[in-house]
Amino acid sequence: MRLWNELSYFTCWISHQARLCTPPTRLCTPPTRLCTPPTRPGPALYSTHQARPCSVLHPPGQALLCTPPTRPGPALYSTHQARPYSVLHPPGQALLCTPPTRPGPTLYSTHQARPYSVLHPPGQALLCTPPTRPGPVLHPPGPVLHPPGQALYSTHQALYSTHQARPCSVLHPPGKALYSTHQARLCTPPTMPGSVLHPSGKALYSTHLTVPGLIQPICFSTRLLTRFSLSPSFLSQDIRNTVGNIPMEWYQDYPHIGYNLDGKKIFKPIRNKDELDEFLDKMENPDYWRTVHDKTTASDIRLSDEQVDLVHRLQKGQFGDVNFNEYEPSVDFFTNEVMIHPVTNRPQDKRSFIPSLIEKEKVSKLVHAIKMGWIKPRKPKETTPQYYDLWAKEDPNAILGRHKMHVPAPKMRLPGHEESYNPPPEYLLTEEERMAWEQQDAEDRKLPFLPQKHSCLRAVPAFSRFIHERFERCLDLYLCPRQRKMRVNVNPEDLIPKLPKPKDLQPFPTTMSLVYIGHSSLVRSISASPTGQWLVSGSDDCTVRFWEVNTGRCMKTLEVGGAVKSVAWNPNPAVCLVAVCFESTVLLLNPGLGDRLVVSSTDQLITSYEPPEEDKEQAVTWALSEGPEHDNGHRLTLTHPKAVKQVVWHGKGDYLASVMPDNSSNLQVLIHQVSKRRTQNPFRKNKGLVQCVSFHPLRPYFFVATQRYVRVYNLIKQELTKKLMTNCKWISSMAIHPGGDNLICGSYDCRLAWFDLDLSTKPYKMLRHHKKALRGVAYHKHYPLFASGADDGSVIICHGMVYNDLLQNPLIVPVKVLKGHQITHDLGVLDVTFHPTQPWVFSSGADATIRLFT
Amino acid sequence: MGGLQKKKYERGSATNYITRNKARKKLQLSLADFRRLCILKGIYPHEPKHKKKVNKGSTAPRTFYLFKDIRFLLHEPIVRKFREYKVFVRKLRKAYGKAEWTGVERLRDNKPGYKLDHIIKERYPTFIDALRDIDDALSMCFLFSTFARTGKCHVQTITLCRRLTVEWMNYVVTSRSLRKVFLSIKGIYYQAEVLGQLITWLVPYQFAHDHPTDVDYRVMATFTEMYTTLFGFINFRLYQTLNLVYPPKLDSKAESELKAEHEEDYAMDSESYLEKLSALSASLARVVATAEEEENQLDLFPTEGENMQAREKEQKEQEAQKRLFEGLKFFLNREVPRESLAFILRCFGAEVSWDKSLCIGGTYEVTDETITHQIVDRPDMDKQYINRYYIQPQWVFDSVNAQMRLPVEDYFLGTTLPPHLSPFVEEKDGDYVPPEKLKLMALQRGEKPGKSRAELDSEEEDEEEEDEEEEEEDDEEEDDVDDEELTEEKNLKKMEGTRVTPGKVKPWETGSVGNKVRLEQEEKAEEKRLAIMMMKKKEKYLYDKIMFGKKRTTREVSSLRCAPAKPTRHITCHHSKVQT
Repeated sequence: MRLWNELSYFTCWISHQARLCTPPTRLCTPPTRLCTPPTRPGPALYSTHQARPCSVLHPPGQALLCTPPTRPGPALYSTHQARPYSVLHPPGQALLCTPPTRPGPTLYSTHQARPYSVLHPPGQALLCTPPTRPGPVLHPPGPVLHPPGQALYSTHQALYSTHQARPCSVLHPPGKALYSTHQARLCTPPTMPGSVLHPSGKALYSTHLTVPGLIQPICFSTRLLTRFSLSPSFLSQDIRNTVGNIPMEWYQDYPHIGYNLDGKKIFKPIRNKDELDEFLDKMENPDYWRTVHDKTTASDIRLSDEQVDLVHRLQKGQFGDVNFNEYEPSVDFFTNEVMIHPVTNRPQDKRSFIPSLIEKEKVSKLVHAIKMGWIKPRKPKETTPQYYDLWAKEDPNAILGRHKMHVPAPKMRLPGHEESYNPPPEYLLTEEERMAWEQQDAEDRKLPFLPQKHSCLRAVPAFSRFIHERFERCLDLYLCPRQRKMRVNVNPEDLIPKLPKPKDLQPFPTTMSLVYIGHSSLVRSISASPTGQWLVSGSDDCTVRFWEVNTGRCMKTLEVGGAVKSVAWNPNPAVCLVAVCFESTVLLLNPGLGDRLVVSSTDQLITSYEPPEEDKEQAVTWALSEGPEHDNGHRLTLTHPKAVKQVVWHGKGDYLASVMPDNSSNLQVLIHQVSKRRTQNPFRKNKGLVQCVSFHPLRPYFFVATQRYVRVYNLIKQELTKKLMTNCKWISSMAIHPGGDNLICGSYDCRLAWFDLDLSTKPYKMLRHHKKALRGVAYHKHYPLFASGADDGSVIICHGMVYNDLLQNPLIVPVKVLKGHQITHDLGVLDVTFHPTQPWVFSSGADATIRLFT
Repeated sequence: MGGLQKKKYERGSATNYITRNKARKKLQLSLADFRRLCILKGIYPHEPKHKKKVNKGSTAPRTFYLFKDIRFLLHEPIVRKFREYKVFVRKLRKAYGKAEWTGVERLRDNKPGYKLDHIIKERYPTFIDALRDIDDALSMCFLFSTFARTGKCHVQTITLCRRLTVEWMNYVVTSRSLRKVFLSIKGIYYQAEVLGQLITWLVPYQFAHDHPTDVDYRVMATFTEMYTTLFGFINFRLYQTLNLVYPPKLDSKAESELKAEHEEDYAMDSESYLEKLSALSASLARVVATAEEEENQLDLFPTEGENMQAREKEQKEQEAQKRLFEGLKFFLNREVPRESLAFILRCFGAEVSWDKSLCIGGTYEVTDETITHQIVDRPDMDKQYINRYYIQPQWVFDSVNAQMRLPVEDYFLGTTLPPHLSPFVEEKDGDYVPPEKLKLMALQRGEKPGKSRAELDSEEEDEEEEDEEEEEEDDEEEDDVDDEELTEEKNLKKMEGTRVTPGKVKPWETGSVGNKVRLEQEEKAEEKRLAIMMMKKKEKYLYDKIMFGKKRTTREVSSLRCAPAKPTRHITCHHSKVQT
């Protein structure tokens, strides 16, 4: 059964083939027809060449001299199967065959694999014009066959097959010694040695492998060649010159032109025709038009009528054979109808009916394997997943270690009202908001979508970003780092420190009680008298005013020669002196207020001065005032070399320090002794621009505040004791606690630094109460209070308790924010000072007023 | 002092983290495979505390994974399957290239596959864990089940997703566990309470998707692969808890009822079964045939007292909600979203039907006289029956959210619908409550409505305050713990309300004892202000932030409140996260 199947299959296939084939007659087309490209050369022609359909068959020898073989087909070319690319040219078409017009790719289109070995028809001597396209096809460099004589031609087939492997073997005109000397000129030395057939057909020459170009005649008896019959047509062909198809000009310098078949020289005609002879010939000879010159023999040949006729026919593109009918009806080689019977009539082989033993063995093996259960039928693939109770034996404790670290993904946020398809109208965006929404970046938008209102459910469109949002969620799930974030869940009230109530820390100034009005420009500095009855103020309107504290009355106004930078009342209650500085002058005034005894004793003190015997050169000049100035209260004038910014008294009231800020010299601070009218410069070096200075209330210490640091000097030992780092950008003011162990610094960068000198050189507390630059700070003499005034127009009173117990840190509590000063020219409060005995604070401001808060 | 010099980045946090590329190399996986593995195993990057230390001093942006996680992945059997698959693809390509068709066939037959069961078990050790994490799975499966079979993903995936979602809906219908629904512009949100877990999912409206090009469908497909596995197991388990047959089968009675005359014309048998299931109009077959769900009574524990009562009350309410539409007979017109409405109505015990030509599974015709409600979404109807309500679909959604049958008048055919509110918003006091919600709350309390929106607007303020007070009173009654917080918050509110401007110096004769209280208040405020001045920098910053957030919420609420008064409506997002 199986066999039959195969057979029938074969049958079908054959019949199929049959349809493709063209009738055998087609094979026998005359050679001329081959010059035109075969329309269907492929499968049709070479149906037997199944494996390699590319061999093209040239029907050999059809031309004039031989009749075409009727069925050269498979039998003739059976040897070609192994080498489909050898093309056989009909030999001996000598005279009549014109070179193929398109010998190239068209002709050999079926030579797909190796289209280039082409055999040139030998001996086309006379009529053959050089081919127009000789290139790769027609003139393969090597294999040119020299027609050495007719005997050779019969062996064509054998020769050709040998030519395949060695394309460059050249056939030698045999026999003569003479000829072999020509060989060197005739051909280029063969690159590959080859075998050459002797023209007699009896022997074969083979070039020597090791000596290319030198041909050693080695004779082989070639019995194999005898099987080719020598066709009489080849013998009868008239070949006079045996040099072959070579350029004849090679023989230019010789008297002969080649060799005939017997090996004799063919001599050129003695006299060549010149132009005149040619012309005469042309004019006179009636056969001139049919005379052609044979280069190989150098003779003129007159073409016969048949030949001329043939040339004419070929020129017209007709077949050379007159009798050939090119329009014969085509008969299929195989019928195009599917046949039920095989093409071959061969009876089936016996083996087709005998079961195969090998197959039986194989089958029995398989059967055994199936029986043993080694081979099982393939299970059908399951496409749907199988579900079962995965958590049948769930053990909540069997959690992998990493699950402890696992942070579950946060859930999607639930939608709010604004996401509704029909939201309340207040959730819809106004036109401006919509515009703003559209212009925002997608990341900045508070809502990722535009709230929309639809009148009914059927009007709701698809949400265009649905897949996007799902995808983004996916990205979040696998790309976002997860972290447990501690949400600060504190009550803001808990953050506020628990401080003692200001009520419990009384007394402190709470309300503004008096405003001292009189100055016309900003009041730079104020100072209260040690008794607390008087207040002195210096202003930019070049006046110093004395006020009675309790009434707010201006007792006295003194004009001075410049804007007053600083005023300081002598802290000694037994002396009534006020230091005033303006420009480069420090003026000591006796205001004449208060106890007359004190006033007179002060005057006495000043006049009782006796100049020392030897006058020392001093940095300042001390001058005693006289005349109207003396009546005004001027007592002493200290003229400094530079502008003075600040004056400050020592606690005892005899020493006075003045500050002349100058970044370039060491002469910045001067200490004056009033009783001896002596001045000294305590510093040898410049340590930076001095902002303010101050005396220690009890010990002989001197505080100098530069831009960023406060230096504490011991005046007796004359050395630097401490350097305090304020952490401020620019110190504006400084005050020392009456106890002497604490210090506050106000700075222009809104900070107030409290230093505990026993604790550290860094601030104990940094207070940022003010919004603008601090201008003045002050301690109260008796109460645990300190005040700071700033450009924001407020004075902040803080409770600053310093304990005697060294273990307890100072307690600082802000108790009151006092406001009242107007801000003029971006300046608010310029100076603050406490009342010496009462818990009152004075503040002077840029609005030309002084205010008293009680 | 000797000893070896300690090298940097060889201990501590630098060794606890690994960059993505290094992890990939360690696992010998391509980036795509690594991504798939991370998705399947639920591995996500971690943000180190000190990025520069971990990054070995570099500040380049890198993704870091915990080294432990990667080591954990090393032992994953699926990694080997990935490699096998890679080899398979290579072989297949080769076979194709050589045109070895038998080889291709053989390779195809032996295509390596993998199962995710063990991963699911590992990621979710208990069933409740899995149930808690099913939100995304549901949304994704519902999305995939709506995809067209055009090659964005495998057809099998789509059908599987569809099958699983239908099973899920059937479960929710049978267990009557749907709680809230919301029609948003994105789709329809559903919230169900399954075994005590609130599960929310989003279903897109039934439209063909406009597939975006900037979305990597492979990532989504990997997620879906994982989700379908998880979802299937969950469904199995859930069906088991209800004694239902899995895969679901229609009740034999229902099945015979549903047997249409020309069923063969409709679809193939296998397809039509899923269609019938997805029609949701019939009940499911049970393993053990029982009567309708027995009432599970709460056992009374005498010790719990009040708490017990509250629970009982809650239970009753829930039961009532489950029977919200019981006894009603609905008919869905063809223009309404059938599946969604049938699902919701069936969840609350109603009978639903639709036109026979619309979908399989309709049980009665329009002409049925016993129909009580017909859901329509068109401006007008030609033929109307006198004994039924023609209502718009929003009524169903609003009623479910209100847990009561709302009056149908507002939802009649052709009327302008009242706004549809989100049931997921729970207003804390201080938040803005839309007037419709207030009205609804009044309705729920049993008050008679009858105020239009405008009237409501005007009274809204007072009412809200009343509400708040009431709530507060309730709270006080219930527990006194919150009392302090409340009063404090009140204070804060008042403070904000009074707006004492800081630093205003009183006129210096405030001796008049006119308003003592005010004086005291001012004093207190100043005291606080002074205390704030003494705060540390860090705390001050935090405090300022909190106060800023509080102020912003109040501002937004007030802007929402004034919005209806304005001619143009106004909205700001009131979902600002407020830290307190």
